[in-house]
Amino acid sequence: MNPPNLLLPDAGGLYCPAGDFWIDPLKPVDRAITTHAHADHARSGSGDYHTATDNLPVLATRIGEAAPHHGHDWGRPFDLGDVRVTLFPAGHIFGSSWVRIESDHGTWGVSGDFKRAPDPTCAAFRPAPVDVWLTECTFGLPVYRWPSPAQVVDEILDWWRECRAAGRPAVLFCYALGKAQRLLAELSRHADETVWLHGAMRPLVDAYREAGVEMLPTRLVSEAPKGVKFAGELVLAPPSAAGSTWMRRFPGHSAGFVSGWMRIRGNRRRRGYDRGFVMSDHADWPALLETVSDMGARRVITIHGNGEALAGYLRDQAMAAESWNLRASLGGS
Amino acid sequence: MQRFVALFESLDRTTKTNAKLEALVAYFRAAEPADAAWAVYFLTGQRLKRLVGTRELREWTAEFSGLPPWLVEDSYEHVGDLAETMALLAPEPGPATDTFALPRLHELVEAKIRPLSGMQDDARKASVFEQWRQLPVTARFLYNKMITGALRVGVSKRLVTRALAQLAGVDPGLTAHRLMGDWQPTPESYRSLLLAEGEGGHDHATPYPFFLASPLEDPPETLGPASQWRAEWKWDGIRAQLIRRSGETILWSRGEERLDGRFPEIEHAAAGLPDGTVIDGEIMAWRGQTPLPFSLLQTRIGRKKPGAKTLENAPAVLIAFDLLEVEGRDLRPRPLRERLELLLDVVEAAGPEVRTSEAVAFDDWNALPELRASSRARGVEGLMLKHVDSSYQVGRRRGDWWKWKVRPYTFDGVLLYAQPGHGRRSGLFTDYTFAVHAGDELVPVAKAYSGLKQAEIDELDRWIRNHTRERFGPVRSVEPMHVFELAFEGIARSKRHKSGIALRFPRIHRWRRDLAVDDADRLADLERLIGD
Ligand SMILES: [Zn+2]
Ligand SMILES: [Zn+2]
Repeated sequence: MNPPNLLLPDAGGLYCPAGDFWIDPLKPVDRAITTHAHADHARSGSGDYHTATDNLPVLATRIGEAAPHHGHDWGRPFDLGDVRVTLFPAGHIFGSSWVRIESDHGTWGVSGDFKRAPDPTCAAFRPAPVDVWLTECTFGLPVYRWPSPAQVVDEILDWWRECRAAGRPAVLFCYALGKAQRLLAELSRHADETVWLHGAMRPLVDAYREAGVEMLPTRLVSEAPKGVKFAGELVLAPPSAAGSTWMRRFPGHSAGFVSGWMRIRGNRRRRGYDRGFVMSDHADWPALLETVSDMGARRVITIHGNGEALAGYLRDQAMAAESWNLRASLGGS
Repeated sequence: MQRFVALFESLDRTTKTNAKLEALVAYFRAAEPADAAWAVYFLTGQRLKRLVGTRELREWTAEFSGLPPWLVEDSYEHVGDLAETMALLAPEPGPATDTFALPRLHELVEAKIRPLSGMQDDARKASVFEQWRQLPVTARFLYNKMITGALRVGVSKRLVTRALAQLAGVDPGLTAHRLMGDWQPTPESYRSLLLAEGEGGHDHATPYPFFLASPLEDPPETLGPASQWRAEWKWDGIRAQLIRRSGETILWSRGEERLDGRFPEIEHAAAGLPDGTVIDGEIMAWRGQTPLPFSLLQTRIGRKKPGAKTLENAPAVLIAFDLLEVEGRDLRPRPLRERLELLLDVVEAAGPEVRTSEAVAFDDWNALPELRASSRARGVEGLMLKHVDSSYQVGRRRGDWWKWKVRPYTFDGVLLYAQPGHGRRSGLFTDYTFAVHAGDELVPVAKAYSGLKQAEIDELDRWIRNHTRERFGPVRSVEPMHVFELAFEGIARSKRHKSGIALRFPRIHRWRRDLAVDDADRLADLERLIGD
């Protein structure tokens, strides 16, 4: 028989009764452990925040500093209530952690978001043994396997070169936190041109730069002189800018999108981008499985995304696995 | 096939006609003729027959990837395309079989794909697995499309024709002619596509490209003096080209399908025609002096070898209305009146099942509306108006040939989406969305869910399930392949529709199995009817 659950879905995240804290709650709570600063994990309004030391500046940019933020070094345990908590790097974005909770009822690990592919902007995922592994499952189907980041960076560089040869702006859509900085860092190994930024990217790029992440030089599109047509220039913009009037600044542009979803042809075609580049800050299917095995877990619970397939697959392999829907906990409480 | 993969990727990436044309020209310029021939074959919408069934593909995918069948199904459900799902599920081949080791396109098709048809199941599976192990993801996707007979690349035959014509430095009409009929994907036939004007001949079975009339939306008096125009009834049958060459009779539909054997009475009648004769006309079901309804002719279309009873119930004739070749001479540049005179002579030599029809006599334009109004009673669709000096042109060219149909309006649309119906029809795909050509795209213009017979609905339902491309909730997109004639009552501009037009009461008139996707109407054809 399994010991009682150390964590339960609550407030859109996970509640730990023994430690009286929530991990990544979507509603305000007394005490939150925040794995990373993406909006589906970090929300303002809670009483107290515990997070990785590295994450402090990024988190402050996203949710402000109204409540006390407690920074913890990776690998150094701290006690909350009756449990002992340790944060380890998750390799997802700068400052992202996974959470280990040790208790009398065993050791649980909560992934937040994570990936196993190399990323010059953040510390690599560090596995540690747990009894129960709660894994994100954003790309939880075997059709999701990532090409090597080096190959995708080459594709992006080729595309940028083609745009330059044709005198067209190269507008690259990507998430403003994590992906944009990862691209600027990857590209800085092959180029030294200044890249133009949508205004929404600015604070996060600044935060990364201040933290010492090496990236290509950047300028805001709004600072460009009137009449500049950005021919052959690379512009980074969040997906929300696609189709907006802001795009009129880039006549004749070619539009690319960097995301794991671009793995599927239908997604590429439906969204109407000229180019889709398959690069993700999440684990692909092989990495999800590899991590289950690296953590040595006896039981796996899938959270975030559609985890039924991964849980079913693990059960087929005679593992204890189930899928939890954290969002559903928002309705009840 | 490295070049072909790159071509597919660049065509897949853009919706802009010019970019596609550029990619095609660059490909044909660089490709080896043996490979380019197959590229032409696939790009112009021809397909190999299905060599691997969808159930086999599912089972083999599970076996090859080592995944449980339910997970293959879940993945397919998510991706919406089985060939792509398979390509994504298999691990990428290692660096040893990098793109440099990709087989040539013609080698893959001729040595690896075509032989599948003669193989035992185990050998077929082994051969497919061998390719899956070697091909990287996009090549594997294209391979899967080829073996399931479903490769379509998202360019129109017209665009491919333009690219080849540009490369050959000839008029696209000539390239269209060279591509007509049973075009064979050999290096020789590819090379002859690129010959300069005046070089090279045609196979004796090659038809001429059809000249198509445009819908007339202005009153006929805007065409100028009535004396310069000939009026004919617009027959409601199957447009066909009859070729008599080298002692052989060949019958082509407008969709470039050979109808040989289906209309033995017409072939028999044509046996008397001299060699080097090509006639354009309409196959009609006909008894005595009267045309029979299209539904009767329909009983003939599907029959490869009609029996005595079918022949008796729905006797067919060819109404010859143009002569394209006489004594082996291409007459198409000659004026219509001259061609028609020669036609009368030529047809003398044929049996009664190949016949001409009289012009519709009219003295001035004022007489025409009343004649047109009598169309329905006569069992015709309306009037054709042809300039007496018109040459026989290629495709749909405005100016010299007009069709002036009686209401309801009709158009030929391509089936693009389907979703299950409600009530009695729930569970069957019975709600269809039809599209027309706009530039190089297919733009949806009408939804319709009535007009087909139950047997057709069942057949279409099965086809849709096997040819789903993408799923959006209950809606499935299908490969553009089937053309339907739709009727509607009115047309107006609409900002709410992507097409910019809205049709009133669209309904399915009939399944046009004789038409290919390229033959479907264009958005511009519909737009011109606005305000009619
Ligand atoms: Zn995240
Ligand atoms: Zn997340």
